[in-house]
Amino acid sequence: MRKFKQKFGFLLLRLSILLAVIFLFSLIIVIILKGAKVISIPFLTQFPQDGMTKGGIFPAIMGTFLLAVGAIVFALPLGVFAAIYLREYGKSYRLIRIIRIGVNNLAGVPSVVFGLFGLAVFVKFFQFGVSLIAGSLTLGILILPIIIRSTEEAIATVPESFREASYGLGATKWHTVRHVVLPVAMPGILTGAILGIGRAAGETAPILFTAATFYTRRLPSTVFDEVMALPYHIYALMTEGTKPQYQVPIAYGTALVLLLLVLGINLIAIIIRYRARKAKTW
Amino acid sequence: MVNDVIVNTEDLNLWFGKKHVLKDLNLKIKEKSITAIMGPSGCGKSTFLRCLNRMNDLILTTRIEGSVFIDDDDIYKPKTDITALRKKVGMVFQRPNPFPKSIYDNIAYGLKINQVKKNKIPEIVEQSLKDTALWEEVKDRLHDSAMSLSGGQQQRLCTARAIAVEPEIVLMDEPASALDPAGTLKIEELMEKLKEKYTIILVTHNMQQAARVSDHTAFFYVGELIEYGETEQVFMNPKHKLTESYISGKFG
Repeated sequence: MRKFKQKFGFLLLRLSILLAVIFLFSLIIVIILKGAKVISIPFLTQFPQDGMTKGGIFPAIMGTFLLAVGAIVFALPLGVFAAIYLREYGKSYRLIRIIRIGVNNLAGVPSVVFGLFGLAVFVKFFQFGVSLIAGSLTLGILILPIIIRSTEEAIATVPESFREASYGLGATKWHTVRHVVLPVAMPGILTGAILGIGRAAGETAPILFTAATFYTRRLPSTVFDEVMALPYHIYALMTEGTKPQYQVPIAYGTALVLLLLVLGINLIAIIIRYRARKAKTW
Repeated sequence: MVNDVIVNTEDLNLWFGKKHVLKDLNLKIKEKSITAIMGPSGCGKSTFLRCLNRMNDLILTTRIEGSVFIDDDDIYKPKTDITALRKKVGMVFQRPNPFPKSIYDNIAYGLKINQVKKNKIPEIVEQSLKDTALWEEVKDRLHDSAMSLSGGQQQRLCTARAIAVEPEIVLMDEPASALDPAGTLKIEELMEKLKEKYTIILVTHNMQQAARVSDHTAFFYVGELIEYGETEQVFMNPKHKLTESYISGKFG
């Protein structure tokens, strides 16, 4: 009987993992099957034509790229400095705990709420309008918890003995952080940053009211221009327009591009992490 | 031993939280000599050592009473420049802890933070490596990672790093405890050589090591200084019963 239970348990576990893998792969396969047909060089390099029924998605690719870069340019320094403060400088245990709980909760806020926040603050209050900068800042806040958490974790893995060695030579705290702690933590920080970029690239709701537009004739020339973006483009193709027979395939093609983009970005993070682990000698 | 005293503690007490770790320590340490501090684990010898460069400050629950004078200067007075103190009182730790940088950069690091002129750095790096008998072994691979060195070499590199910034005192916290006998021998030879220029304060729970290398020996037991004197006297003719039982191996 016990043996049977054991076997049954194993079976259940195997089944679960199998199901998980099946779902994951079927997602990728469905998107590839439905999207691969429309992908071509012109699809990647041309503007949409004829009311979204023909042409490419180049401005959406560029828009997503710019939004993600803008988000990380804003979130990386802020997140890294915040994490350094929490790990190395903060003295009040209580305050640090409150901030940490706050950051973790921020990570759990539904992304559409970030969108509304961005609309109220960046679009309206700062009068950036629906723009690249408003979208980037909103996405930046969205990925801030990822950056802070991964940086904190990376800093925590730096052995205390390195800090002691540095202080022992008469180094100040800042010098120790700058020249000993951060270089050692860098691969972890970069990994977090890249995962953050991937997350920012894939989000729809935060840019819905802050940055994205259904169609522009040109690429943004300033940060105050609105942009097209891959996730929003999919949403728009599926919900607007009157020729679904042309629009739906383009939406799947766009989805495939977005998927490959995000997977590619995550792959870079995995490679950096793998290399850092291999190079680690202490 | 009045004029050549470099470290002088007066009624030094230390608590970690509620734990009373060091009790009324009065100790005068002579310059340009090796003073060994021995005692069983948990007797506070490492903690005492870390009082001398204020390394215990890093532990938030630390509370200290009494005074530590180095060169007649109370290092616990509020105006003390801790970074300057730590430059003057260098430290070699229990486990070799080179930075994950090149051999050269490990030594150059301390020089850079202490604003040594750039063109002087190569020369000081070389001299420090020669002083620690490491130069011949590493001169062809100065830009290799310090992590590629053996444990004993790493510990000598850490010593070279400490003396490169020209301290007056070098604190050595069981520097050989993670090393094999060959590495230990080299570190001990190094200490003998270094005492010509520096004051060395050595924490060890290895009695033979204390007997071999030190000029003076202090015996600590649960946070108190039990006995302190010339090494020969402490080992051959201990005044206190506890010291006698410790060196005869009855506990430890």
